[in-house]
Amino acid sequence: MSGSMSGATSELGLREFHSFQAAGKDFVYLVPSAAVFELDDSSAAVLNRLGARSLSRQDLAQQLSAVFPASEIDETISELLRVRAIGEIGVPEKQAAKVMPPENFPLTTMVLNVTNQCNLSCTYCYEYGEDKIVDTENGKKPKFMSEETARESVDFMLREAGDNKIAHLTFFGGETLMNFPVLKAAMSYARERAAATGKQVDFSLTTNATLLRPDIIEFLAENRVGVTISIDGPKEMQDQFRVFSNGKGSYDIVAPKIKELLKRHRSRPIGARVTLTSQTLDIRKIYRHLTEEIGFWDVGFAPVTTSPNREYAIAETGFDAMLEQFRGLAADFLEAALENRHHGFSNVKDTLEEIHKGVSKAYPCGAGLGLMGVSTDGDVALCHRFAGSDAHKLGTVRDGIDRLVQIGFLEKHHIDDKTDCSQCWARPLCSGGCYHEAHTRYGETAHPNLHYCEWIRGWTDTCLKIYAELSVRNPRYLEQFDEKVDYEASQVS
Amino acid sequence: MKHLRSVNRKAQRVARAADPQHDPLNDVVALQGPPPQAAPHIPLGCTLIFSPGWEADHNGGTAGLCQPVERDIFDCHEGCFWPAQVPDQLNHAPDWTAKCAAAQKDWRKIDLVFP
Repeated sequence: MSGSMSGATSELGLREFHSFQAAGKDFVYLVPSAAVFELDDSSAAVLNRLGARSLSRQDLAQQLSAVFPASEIDETISELLRVRAIGEIGVPEKQAAKVMPPENFPLTTMVLNVTNQCNLSCTYCYEYGEDKIVDTENGKKPKFMSEETARESVDFMLREAGDNKIAHLTFFGGETLMNFPVLKAAMSYARERAAATGKQVDFSLTTNATLLRPDIIEFLAENRVGVTISIDGPKEMQDQFRVFSNGKGSYDIVAPKIKELLKRHRSRPIGARVTLTSQTLDIRKIYRHLTEEIGFWDVGFAPVTTSPNREYAIAETGFDAMLEQFRGLAADFLEAALENRHHGFSNVKDTLEEIHKGVSKAYPCGAGLGLMGVSTDGDVALCHRFAGSDAHKLGTVRDGIDRLVQIGFLEKHHIDDKTDCSQCWARPLCSGGCYHEAHTRYGETAHPNLHYCEWIRGWTDTCLKIYAELSVRNPRYLEQFDEKVDYEASQVS
Repeated sequence: MKHLRSVNRKAQRVARAADPQHDPLNDVVALQGPPPQAAPHIPLGCTLIFSPGWEADHNGGTAGLCQPVERDIFDCHEGCFWPAQVPDQLNHAPDWTAKCAAAQKDWRKIDLVFP
């Protein structure tokens, strides 16, 4: 007799999920399937009872008999069992085996660090600041990528793209535009090679906007290059950390250039990417400034990556404050979405899309898998943040990817091996968080980012509520996420 | 599902997979392929082709078969789901049918192959 048939007498208990309310209704987010279900009165009652203690089918039906007929409770229990929201006590849930990505996973996005030089000296910078991995001052890496290395990188990208029809090439730095000639050369070579191999290349870059000249703006607009601008907000916030080497703030230089770019470059939406620190945490104010006053289409926020002892690091209480701020802006987003208006808080939109699809990640991001970073000398690393670090090298653009190193990395960083995460309901979306953040905090890429667990759970809960509310009050809004293909590098930070 | 409403796409898939009527065999689809559609069963192999005259002639007998049984060896060892056993043509006996241009006439010329 099989275990599942003995349900009549054995006791039932809760399986792993996160419950929440939205639009006056009850919902569950199941883990690890990442399915979102809305509960009716009977299923909510069953989960409520089982939350207090485990019970047999009969006891449950009996306890709820005043409100629901026994047949209805029986039916509800069967449904909850089938989606694995509940299960029999003592019968372990069937665990899926650790699934590794298929071999020779195609490269979707290549981030090309065309230079490791920068004309700003942002105090918190992970490339130049106090927590840097790569010696960019006196190291053996060339300061600028050569045209030849850029061409070899393009060949590498198209080779590793496998059967993918579209390859994404993102330019990064240092300050990307300090090596504009090589960027241009790489683009024209990529176009030529892509045409010859029947592929398409999508281009994007991240810049601090200091070097945007009219001819560069013209070039970016004409070539439909996706642009992400690193900017921290209004003058007093931008100038706090985003400074020139003499300490002078960069706001007055960049603001007019960005406005010029936004006026001319209409072929693709242009986003701002904000680094949050303990001193610049006024998210609503930053958002309003960047969208209403400057004119960005969307704004993405990320807390600064730093070791905990830095003064700009966001401490425990800072994460709480940040969560409150995020929630405030998320409420504005919801209001807009309910009326089918655009709202550019991209953190919400990105998470809604993942919730919609039911993403359940084995890895926090595509680094070392579908996304790789290339350093100025052509070394291939996990991502742009590790480009140039020998300890995080996966190969070179000339010799290709060392598959053994890559498999070793993927084996070690799989969510199934992150014991700390095994009890967390937010792991389908978080999967332990950024490798670079972990490396900076704990000196170990495979370490889960335990310092922001509460923040991740709080934020995921907020996004789930927004998603669920939209599913009740404006379900058509969510249809936009059905076909959209998402690529990690649409905003590289 | 009467008591649970599938909200996101994953929930719809979970609900479908959890449906007692659901046939799990249909779940086997390529990872990057489109979502499975309900489709008619398409048989593979030689059953795709209607070759009259193999088993019975137009009278129901075997006297007037339009194709000799010898042809089976070719029809069955290539695309057939129930393949006829033939010599190893890749390594051991690549030319075992070289002299057999048309099975109806030349079947006697098929080589005997000994391991």
